[in-house]
Amino acid sequence: MDSTAHSFVDNAHRALHDAKLQHSLGRFKEGFPVKRRAAVDRMPEFDALREAAREIKDHAIANLDLYLERFTERAEANGTRVHWCTDAEAARQRVLEICRDSGARTVAKGKSMIGEEIGINEFLEAEGIRPVETDLGEYIIQLRHEPPSHIIAPAVHLSKDQVADAFRSHHRDYPETRPLEEPEVMLAEARAVLRQEFLAAELGITGANMLVAETGSVVLVTNEGNGDLTQTLPRVQIVIASLEKVVPTLEDATTILRVLARSATGQDLSVYTTFTTGPRRGGDLDGPSEVHVLLLDNGRTEMLGNEFREMLRCIRCGACINHCPIYAAIGGHAYGWVYSGPMGAVLIPNLIGIEEAGNLPNASTLCGRCEEVCPMQIPLPRMLRQLRDRQYRARNSPAAVRYGLSGWAFLARRPALYRLAMSLGVGGLGRIGRLKRNGGRFRRLPFADGWTGTRDLPAPAGKTFQQMWSERGGRRQ
Amino acid sequence: MSDARETILGSIRRALDRREPADVAAAAVAARLTNPKANVIPERGRSQGTDALERFVFEAERVNATTERVADLASVPERVRAYLQAANLPAVVKVAPDPDLAAIPWDREPLLQIATGKADDHDAVSLTGSFAGVAESGTLVLLSGPESPTTLNFLPDYHVAILFVDRIVGSYEDTWARLRARAGAGVMPRVVNWITGPSRTADIEQTLLLGAHGPRRLHIILVDGASSSAETS
Ligand code: SF4
Repeated sequence: MDSTAHSFVDNAHRALHDAKLQHSLGRFKEGFPVKRRAAVDRMPEFDALREAAREIKDHAIANLDLYLERFTERAEANGTRVHWCTDAEAARQRVLEICRDSGARTVAKGKSMIGEEIGINEFLEAEGIRPVETDLGEYIIQLRHEPPSHIIAPAVHLSKDQVADAFRSHHRDYPETRPLEEPEVMLAEARAVLRQEFLAAELGITGANMLVAETGSVVLVTNEGNGDLTQTLPRVQIVIASLEKVVPTLEDATTILRVLARSATGQDLSVYTTFTTGPRRGGDLDGPSEVHVLLLDNGRTEMLGNEFREMLRCIRCGACINHCPIYAAIGGHAYGWVYSGPMGAVLIPNLIGIEEAGNLPNASTLCGRCEEVCPMQIPLPRMLRQLRDRQYRARNSPAAVRYGLSGWAFLARRPALYRLAMSLGVGGLGRIGRLKRNGGRFRRLPFADGWTGTRDLPAPAGKTFQQMWSERGGRRQ
Repeated sequence: MSDARETILGSIRRALDRREPADVAAAAVAARLTNPKANVIPERGRSQGTDALERFVFEAERVNATTERVADLASVPERVRAYLQAANLPAVVKVAPDPDLAAIPWDREPLLQIATGKADDHDAVSLTGSFAGVAESGTLVLLSGPESPTTLNFLPDYHVAILFVDRIVGSYEDTWARLRARAGAGVMPRVVNWITGPSRTADIEQTLLLGAHGPRRLHIILVDGASSSAETS
């Protein structure tokens, strides 16, 4: 997918002015954190599980070559075809070859962040192959030609009216004036439409939550069951997995599953957890005849060798996003690429470059909640600071930002002054973006104005982010 | 293709820059793989016997599955008919060709239409066996195979699962142990499905709705008495 991370400042500005989005985000904040808390409280051993899960991933990552070789050997022994791909382009080409070989015209897709990363949908469409997203949220945003705004709740930014509008304009076989107010009715309609797509699809593409080296199995977790229909009904199945998904054993996968859903949605376990090992076997009455697994690097080995290695522990649960005050204020699209929230602010610059996404690490108050809730104990605030340093040293930030930074650092240690300066700085939002486009120079340089104004996202009415945040009762608990 | 493999493995090894000799790392990995160890098993995954049964029922109902308990397979046809009637469904069921279910005397309910095989789009109700029930989270474990087509677990609107009470275990780890005992270490059925309640979504305004793509309802019939399979104790 194309990135708009470079215009993060403008994106954030627009998001704060988007009344519909703000309404949806209000709902969002109430949901996930409360559910996660309840699930964790029901599991006294949660911290011990977190420790164990972290150890598993650290060990797997420290032996990544060995586990990937073992996974490949076991998967191939079970009839899976394993394809190693260095980058997004290699993966897209491989997917295309498999589609062509199997004559696929319609492809059912299970929600896959790695699929978003490599822009597989746009690519297949351009090649005349029709990808159909089957996760309800992902389907809705596909109809709206939007990227996901959250890694586990892709349509969280939308109201049900917006969903109804999308269905009305795309589901042409249904009467124009049908009632479509209730979520149940919309779900029933989507289920019926997508059921036909499942049955028509010649090929299914999913991501993977984990790969099990011991058995060569792919682990896929969903609540809807769309992932399972995607990997059961079509004749050919493709799994796209980034390298760091591999874990040693079934027991290790199990431990991680115990923290995954609790952290993500506050469920003990998602409804469907599926371990798939190769294609249909003799005597089987269903299942795909061909299974392909793409092992995709796409920037992972680079992170393996630098100070962001620990980010490879990430299991994409979304807890850091759900607890991030910045995400809650601006939503996911402002980040401008596939990921969002604290994990996005770390991943995006690593995957598409600090030049493109240098502003994202600034989208944080460094309040530390993300690290507190991360089941993998990834030191996200430390990484965000490192990325800021990197950006600063790389001197690819606009001159005004560099200048303002020392002012900000000075103020940040003096909260009262900081708040005052920020009130003064309101109105500076968007200035950096404009400057950058015009290649202009600062005429007026209220110290820290551009920087803190941008960083803290003042409201149009002239309120600072801190003011808004405390007015909304959003203080840290 | 093999080029990409060597490139990636080379990048990994360079990035890892191992201190220990390669064979030491390989031995540690091999040991971990040949002797899979349980990590942390929480207290709620350690129940057994009646406790495990109660825990299973509690957790399964908590995630919107329904359960009932019968003395033996002979009671199943009558219960299935009653269930379909209560749900206002036609008396038609697609049943897994599972030898463990062969003893169900369907002829006791002549009005029930029974077909066996995989599921098709028009099948509204499926009936399957279960390899295990995990008390910890009320999770059913189903293994694919000629006797247990995976489509039965996902396509129909209603999934009725038979679970022999002696197949309820405390934790997921217990099911891996049973599976290895049955199939051998490292050998997996094509699909292992963990099913925890009926299908759901919260993608429209975070409203929880049952029945997204998989079954709208999951009904578990717990059957007392020994199951016929050898792998369960
Ligand atoms: S960084 Fe941690 S909390 Fe965030 S998505 Fe990854 S694992 Fe979850």
